Amino acid sequence: MHEMALASGMLDIVESAARAHGATRVTGVRLEIGALSHVAAQALTFCFDAVTRGTLAEGATLTIDETPGRAWCMPCGAPVDIARRGDACPACGSYQLTVTDGADMRVRDIAIA
Amino acid sequence: MCTTCGCGGHEAIVGSKTPYRHASRAAPFSAHAPGGHTHGDGHRHSPDAHAQARVIEVERDLLARNDALADANRRWLAERGIFAVNLMSSPGSGKTTLLARTIDAWKSRSPVSVIEGDQQTSLDAERIRATGAPALQVNTGKGCHLDARMVGAALAELDPPRCSVLFVENVGNLVCPAAFDLGEARKVVILSVTEGEDKPMKYPDMFCAADLVIVNKLDLAPYCDFDLAQATAYAQRVNPGVEVIALSAKTGAGFDRWLDWLAQAMASTQATCAELASLPAAWGTALPIHGREP
Repeated sequence: MHEMALASGMLDIVESAARAHGATRVTGVRLEIGALSHVAAQALTFCFDAVTRGTLAEGATLTIDETPGRAWCMPCGAPVDIARRGDACPACGSYQLTVTDGADMRVRDIAIA
Repeated sequence: MCTTCGCGGHEAIVGSKTPYRHASRAAPFSAHAPGGHTHGDGHRHSPDAHAQARVIEVERDLLARNDALADANRRWLAERGIFAVNLMSSPGSGKTTLLARTIDAWKSRSPVSVIEGDQQTSLDAERIRATGAPALQVNTGKGCHLDARMVGAALAELDPPRCSVLFVENVGNLVCPAAFDLGEARKVVILSVTEGEDKPMKYPDMFCAADLVIVNKLDLAPYCDFDLAQATAYAQRVNPGVEVIALSAKTGAGFDRWLDWLAQAMASTQATCAELASLPAAWGTALPIHGREP
C-alpha cells in the first residue's frame, strides 16, 4: 500500500515546515494531487488521519486540489486534456501523447496555529 | 469531493450487471451549503480551516525525501561506474529466472551484483548466489515496494565493485514500485505471456515508467493465445516509443537482443570507467546515513 508511504512523506514535509515556523499545531493541510499521479485523492484522505494521529497535525483539515491531466499531442501539435494514462487524444485519436500536467503530488501550503 | 471526509468522491464501477455506470457515494461537494456541511451520520465541518490560521506556503513533492535519497544513490553509483537496473513486474513473471540466465551470459563481460526485494524469505537471493554473483536480500515486511532508503542501505552493505552491473529486483507488484525512484539508471518492466497482453492498459503507471518492456516466457506463447503485436501496441499506447523485447528466460530465445540492449544502455551512461579505475579506493561521496536526509 504505497499510499501510506506517500502519506508519511507528506507528514514529514508538514512537520518540518511547521517546526521551521515555530508552530505548535497544524490546523490545515492543502495538497495538490494530479489526475495522472501515482495516488488517488480518496486513498490519501483515508491515510491522512492514520499518519497524523499523535502528531502536531492531528485533527488538521485536509484539502485536496485535484488537477486535471494534460498532455501534448504530437500529431495535433497542441495541448489536450486526458483523464488517465493510455487515453487517446480527444481530437485526433492518436496515442502519441506526452504528459505535461496532472502528474504532481505535492504539499501546497499548511495552516498553522 | 469533500476532502475532509472523502464524501462525494467518484468511483467507477465497471463490468457490473449494468454495462457501465459511475456511482457517487454522496451528494457532490458543490451541493454542500456554504458555511460548513453536515453528513448523514451527524458530523459537521467548517468550510475551510485555512481561513482561521496563518498559511505557510510549502510547495514540496510528497516524494521529496525519497527522491533526495534516490539522487544520492544515483550519484554514488555514477561515481563508481555502476550501471543499475530496476526490474519490476507482477509476482511470478520470471524475474529471478531472467536474472540468473542474464548473470550467466553477462559475467564474462563485467561483474554483476543483485539486490533482491521481497516481503519475506531469502529464496531469491539464494537462487542468485547459486550463479556465483553476490546478492543481498531486502525483506520489506509488510511493504509493497522498495524505496531509495532501503536501496541505499543495501548498497552500503553489498558494496558492488566499480564498473559493474547492479540489478535491483523489486517486489513483485505492478502498482506501487512505479512511484519510487531508487537511483537506478534504467527501469525495466517484465510481462510474461501467461499474464495476457492487456497488462499495460490495466497498469499504465508502471508501463509508463519503463525504459524497456520485456515479454518473458515466449516458449509458452503458443499455449496462451498471447498476441505479441497487441501487447507491444498496448505498451506503446501508454508509453509511446518504448522498446519491447520478447524472450524466454527458460530457453534463451531472444536473449541476444536483451544483452545488446544492456550493453548499449550501459555504454551510454558509463563512459568514464577507464578513468575511475585509476582513482583511489576511497574516492567519491558517502551514501547518506540510513533514514536521514542526505
